[in-house]
Amino acid sequence: MARKIKVALVGNPNSGKSTLFNALTGLNQKIANFPGVTVEKKTGICTAISKSGETVSAQIIDLPGTYSLYPKTPDEQIPFKVLCDPSNESLPDITIIIADGTNLKRSLFLCSQIVDLKTPVILAINMIDLMNYKGIRVDYLELSKKLGIKVLPISARKNIGIEEIKIALTEPVSVQENDFIDSKKFAPEVVDGIRNEIQVTSSYGAFQIASNLNEIEWFEEYPEKKIKIKSLLAAHSFDSTQLQAGETLERYKVITEVMNQCVKIEGVKKGPQWSKGLDNLLTHPIWGYVIFLAVLFLIFQAIFSWARYPMDFIDGIFADLGSLVHNHLPQGVLNDLLVNGILAGLAGIIIFVPQIALLFAFIAILEDTGYMARVSFIMDRIMRRYGLNGRSVIPLISGVACAVPAILSTRTIQSWKQRIITIMVTPLMSCSARLPVYTLIISIIIPSNPVFGFINRQGLVMMSLYLIGFFAAIGSAFLMKWFVKARSRDYFIMELPLYHVPRWSNVGITIYEKVKIFLFDAGKVIIAISIILWFLSSRGPGEQFNYVQNQVDSLRTENINSDSEEMNRLQAKKLEASYAGKMGKWLEPAIEPLGFDWKIGIALVTSFAAREVFVGTMSTIYSAGNENKKDRTVRDKMMAEINPDTGEPRYTVAVGWSLMIFYAFAMQCMSTLAVVKRETGGWKWPIIQFIFMGALAYLSSLLIYDILK
Amino acid sequence: MKLSQLKAGQCCIIESFTDEFLKLKLMEMGCIPGEMVQVVRLAPMGDPIAITVANYILSMRKEEADTVIVKMIEE
Repeated sequence: MARKIKVALVGNPNSGKSTLFNALTGLNQKIANFPGVTVEKKTGICTAISKSGETVSAQIIDLPGTYSLYPKTPDEQIPFKVLCDPSNESLPDITIIIADGTNLKRSLFLCSQIVDLKTPVILAINMIDLMNYKGIRVDYLELSKKLGIKVLPISARKNIGIEEIKIALTEPVSVQENDFIDSKKFAPEVVDGIRNEIQVTSSYGAFQIASNLNEIEWFEEYPEKKIKIKSLLAAHSFDSTQLQAGETLERYKVITEVMNQCVKIEGVKKGPQWSKGLDNLLTHPIWGYVIFLAVLFLIFQAIFSWARYPMDFIDGIFADLGSLVHNHLPQGVLNDLLVNGILAGLAGIIIFVPQIALLFAFIAILEDTGYMARVSFIMDRIMRRYGLNGRSVIPLISGVACAVPAILSTRTIQSWKQRIITIMVTPLMSCSARLPVYTLIISIIIPSNPVFGFINRQGLVMMSLYLIGFFAAIGSAFLMKWFVKARSRDYFIMELPLYHVPRWSNVGITIYEKVKIFLFDAGKVIIAISIILWFLSSRGPGEQFNYVQNQVDSLRTENINSDSEEMNRLQAKKLEASYAGKMGKWLEPAIEPLGFDWKIGIALVTSFAAREVFVGTMSTIYSAGNENKKDRTVRDKMMAEINPDTGEPRYTVAVGWSLMIFYAFAMQCMSTLAVVKRETGGWKWPIIQFIFMGALAYLSSLLIYDILK
Repeated sequence: MKLSQLKAGQCCIIESFTDEFLKLKLMEMGCIPGEMVQVVRLAPMGDPIAITVANYILSMRKEEADTVIVKMIEE
């Protein structure tokens, strides 16, 4: 039986933390959330064998990257909570601090804070290969003595020193006796007072609690203690800002002394020159933007044309599977539920996997190489004008695949106001769930003959829809700038990391994890909706439905060719009389001004769970209309539909555009609303978002329908 | 003199800060009074700026660099 321990992994952003995490745990990872917050909690199991042969199973917890224990963004609160709250479930037995060896001074700042918490610590100094190149020589023994902790040189990227870390995890880790700096002297009465009140292992822990009192949730259970500490702080006029500044200065002073004794730089090599040359190009006033646009173009190409092949393949498999099940299982309710409910729903989810995988591959590569930071750098000035932030670029781009991970990625935006605005407008970017809707409608209303002989007309319309979404997002952000109040100071202080060749295993693991989350989280909703939809469209209320159902049954038992006119007419009647039909009819007066009929109404109702359900719903509706014409696609059936009022096709250019604009703007995604609620901590923002986007969609569709009609 | 007034390539020594909140964040990132920094580049339109401090590159907006009082070093 292996001994089990918990290990926390902390470090600065860009210190190679994820690479070390992946090297220690491999694919043995789980993603959950830290209790009460949406910050991703990555854990993995690392099995280590000690020198004496004992097996230790270490649960490694990857904490979000931070520069200090003082939390400034939601992500940065986590390391503080995990390390300082003795009652939290993730409280580690050992903490591994990973430091960027080429950036040792700044890394040691966080390290010294954690050392002073008196928790068992191992310091892993990463990037020793780059340090050699730069001529940075570190006396690890001396450094270990000075800090009072075990220090291990590693290169996570080159897989050097990983085994040593594993072995270190199996051995007892001592706690540094002496303080790195004496934090008690800053506020002796407060520190003593807090240590009398609650169990804290160190003076520095008490000092941190005093500084972050309002961020700490674990006091909720002991409100009287919180009040006592609050009055203690007031009594001694505890000024957190002043004291933090004093602490920071003192730490850097000691760190500089330690560095002078342990670190030597031989031969002044300024690091790889190509990194600087690359920066000259990538942040160039013209080339910087040209290259960024080219990269975006490449991503779009990948998502919309390369992904076509695997998507068609998946589509084909599900079509075959559907007819296989349909033909080989006995006719009846179960058969119908399997084919039109569950399989149709599954196909609707899995079809998006290639696009999501490709998008996250690109984003992971761009992040990993350090290019994303440069994009934020050159875009900040422009984005700021619209109430956004340089870091809003990443969520907006990710929004093209799916708003859910895009909204999660806004957590790196330090300003609350700019973060809220980014969250509010990201769903206006055309996500991949709108793609099937656009594709279907475009193929109906836009002819495929090219413009000027070589530009694909349908592709042009598709691109214009994405641009409409983008401009709607930017415009809304500009509007919201005047309405959202700032809650915290807005700033943009960000490291520009060195360029790296992407670590392919990191990219691979990111894709794997994101696809898994999409399949299981979004998947559940879509499957459930498909089944509900199937039920609503095959059952109905009252006499009318029963009457039609009986007619259908009797026609079947009479064994009349089910492809007959009569049968089709009855099937359409049946759908009209079903629950779904009733809902569509009920909605019709409201959507008629937009050019929609009750059938589109049904699709709108079901799309409120997820947009891509539109195509599935249309298939269900039109296949329910003429059951056995399997060779005809939804598209053909929709094109053939005649509007009884005008005698012309139902799907005119005006109706098509109105429908596409509606889907471009309306908030039809439960998962996004749920994630916005979690990220903003209440129903206020998702409700505002829902109403705003709904109104925008309705009015824009109304306008475009009236213009084109 | 303010950090925001420097041109690309110029070096200076940080003296003090005029904003308490940004001071904490900047010091955490290694911008300590007495530290030498160099402005390495300006983003298009001159904002944000990028500096080297403690052997790495840090970017900040011009308005943030406005709060850093520095002493220029002649090279």
